[in-house]
Amino acid sequence: MLYREAGQFKTTYAADQQLFPIRQDRIGILVLLAVAFLGVPLFASEYWFSAILIPFLIFALAALGLNILTGYAGQLSLGSAAFMAVGAYAAYNFQLRIEGMPILVSFICGGLTAAGVGVLFGLPSLRIKGFYLAVATLAAQFFIVWCLTKFPWLSNNSSSGVISTQQLIIFGHEFNTPVEKYLLVLSIVVVLALAAKNLVRSSTGRAWMAVRDMDVAASVIGIKLMPTKLLAFAISSFYCGVAGALYAFCYLGSVEPDGFSLEMSFKILFMIIIGGVGSIMGSFLGAAFILLLPIFLDILLPFFAELFGLPFSSATVSHIQILVFGALIMFFLIVEPHGLARLWQIAKEKLRLWPFPH
Amino acid sequence: MNFFFEVLIGGLLSGVMYALVALGFVMIYKASGVFNFAQGAMVYLAALSVVGCMEKGAPLWLAIILAFAIMTAFGIATEKFVLRKLVNQPPIALFMATIGLAFFIEGLAPMIFGSEPRALDIGIVDEPIAWFLDEWNMVISKFDLVAAAVASVLVATLALFFQYTRVGRALRAVADDHQAALSIGIPLQNIWAIVWGVAGFVALVAGMMWGARNGVQFALTFTALKALPVLILGGFTSVPGAIVGGLIIGASEKLAEIYIPPVMQDLFGGNFGGIEGWFPYVLALLFLLVRPEGLFGEKHIDRV
Repeated sequence: MLYREAGQFKTTYAADQQLFPIRQDRIGILVLLAVAFLGVPLFASEYWFSAILIPFLIFALAALGLNILTGYAGQLSLGSAAFMAVGAYAAYNFQLRIEGMPILVSFICGGLTAAGVGVLFGLPSLRIKGFYLAVATLAAQFFIVWCLTKFPWLSNNSSSGVISTQQLIIFGHEFNTPVEKYLLVLSIVVVLALAAKNLVRSSTGRAWMAVRDMDVAASVIGIKLMPTKLLAFAISSFYCGVAGALYAFCYLGSVEPDGFSLEMSFKILFMIIIGGVGSIMGSFLGAAFILLLPIFLDILLPFFAELFGLPFSSATVSHIQILVFGALIMFFLIVEPHGLARLWQIAKEKLRLWPFPH
Repeated sequence: MNFFFEVLIGGLLSGVMYALVALGFVMIYKASGVFNFAQGAMVYLAALSVVGCMEKGAPLWLAIILAFAIMTAFGIATEKFVLRKLVNQPPIALFMATIGLAFFIEGLAPMIFGSEPRALDIGIVDEPIAWFLDEWNMVISKFDLVAAAVASVLVATLALFFQYTRVGRALRAVADDHQAALSIGIPLQNIWAIVWGVAGFVALVAGMMWGARNGVQFALTFTALKALPVLILGGFTSVPGAIVGGLIIGASEKLAEIYIPPVMQDLFGGNFGGIEGWFPYVLALLFLLVRPEGLFGEKHIDRV
């Protein structure tokens, strides 16, 4: 009754081709944005901003980047954390080495540097695919982190490559409090997410999906494989790079290369599996799930331990966390291989017919 | 020159250890087309089971049998509860499921057997062989040599098993074509259970070798990361490929670690150790650009 597209007639091409063609979707997005920009800052506490909301947005952005590459273009990558590291270190160096560089520009330059590195490590994708490619992207993961640790110039000669990011100043305004940082991250993420949403339905996005579904067939119908695949690597790495810069500047403030470990790459991969491979919204849902799960288990496990009188040490709790993590991933793949985004899709289809399904 | 050969032989022998882990990957990939990322975690589980059983007072031989039983049971359970439900899913989904499986094991194993690093004594000492030291002035570990022997025996056994037994023939048939194998009456799911059992056995051997060498600890799961470049170099489907790939990776990585950092130091200054971490991957990557299917892999022909 509420969610129904019947009666929404499109009379212009512009109306037919807009990003959210259904009116309820448009209203929903506007309400969501209003809540995120106005509602949340009014009610959330400082802890929520700095420990949950900011990392959520940053990881959602990184997951979005990986989703473009893996979900849309079908190239499996296990090196997303390394591209985040490139973004973070490049943004830091642009700030450091160029006098008066606006911070947003250095974020973008960080993203562009990551894109360049991404294209370089994406070159093997022209010859190899599938698991071979996944292993090849591991080369990026290990090599980049090693480079950042061993070349002191990249971290301004600090020991073991730790960098402390510069002050966030945009148009003379200092971003110090968690709320301000949250709003900054949110604005960047919203812009990039909408751009991605727009991109994947353009001819580029369609070419990616054709390559994903079968690259030989795609090349037969006239899609040039090399530019398409490399563009996917570039844009995906750009998103990861910007996410990395935000991770360093707005979340932690001080990062080391080893922080961008293989484990983090896997975490981002899990986000898109659980959220939904090949879905923009899935990246957000997955990031929320993966970030909230450990917090949830942290609260829940001691409670259960007390309930059943089990002696849980903190080591056991962390083991159970890993175990539940793994079990959930297998569970999701078995029950809903298309992730949380698919559940949302099903809910929408049900809503369309509700309350008269027959 | 002596030093060069010492490094080379040391590298080749450590390459054998990588090949041990890579073998487990090849087994499962060959028979079921699943890229089993959990192989490293299985190595960890196997080594922990041996140590855990020995701590409970079991002698070594009993501990090995018990660990083998655990690995087999685990493999069958994996097949029954995870992979069977994922039949007909794309290979990527299966791969991701095995990553989940790896996490599951990494949480479960230390919960049962404890997570503190322990030594595993299987009766071989890690000391240089006197003869090499006297005659050639080279340090070559006895342990590495034993590991190499074990690996050769294992490979020979597996090769015979694949070639001459009834089950082995069935395994090859399944690897060739699932549907054709099914249509002539080969029970696919039993075969998969067997494959996982054999992979568990390979993991057990690898786990004992690595555990005796470096101690039984969480770092054992990283052996999988060492085996991946070996795999892509040798080809996912080839048992000899895993061995040759292991030898190449082991030797080149040790040589690179010795000879590249000084050169880079001259060029850029600073300390460039730790090349071992990424060199195998870059080597494998460069190799893939020339031969995308690996040394002994099957050539992949695309059809629309």
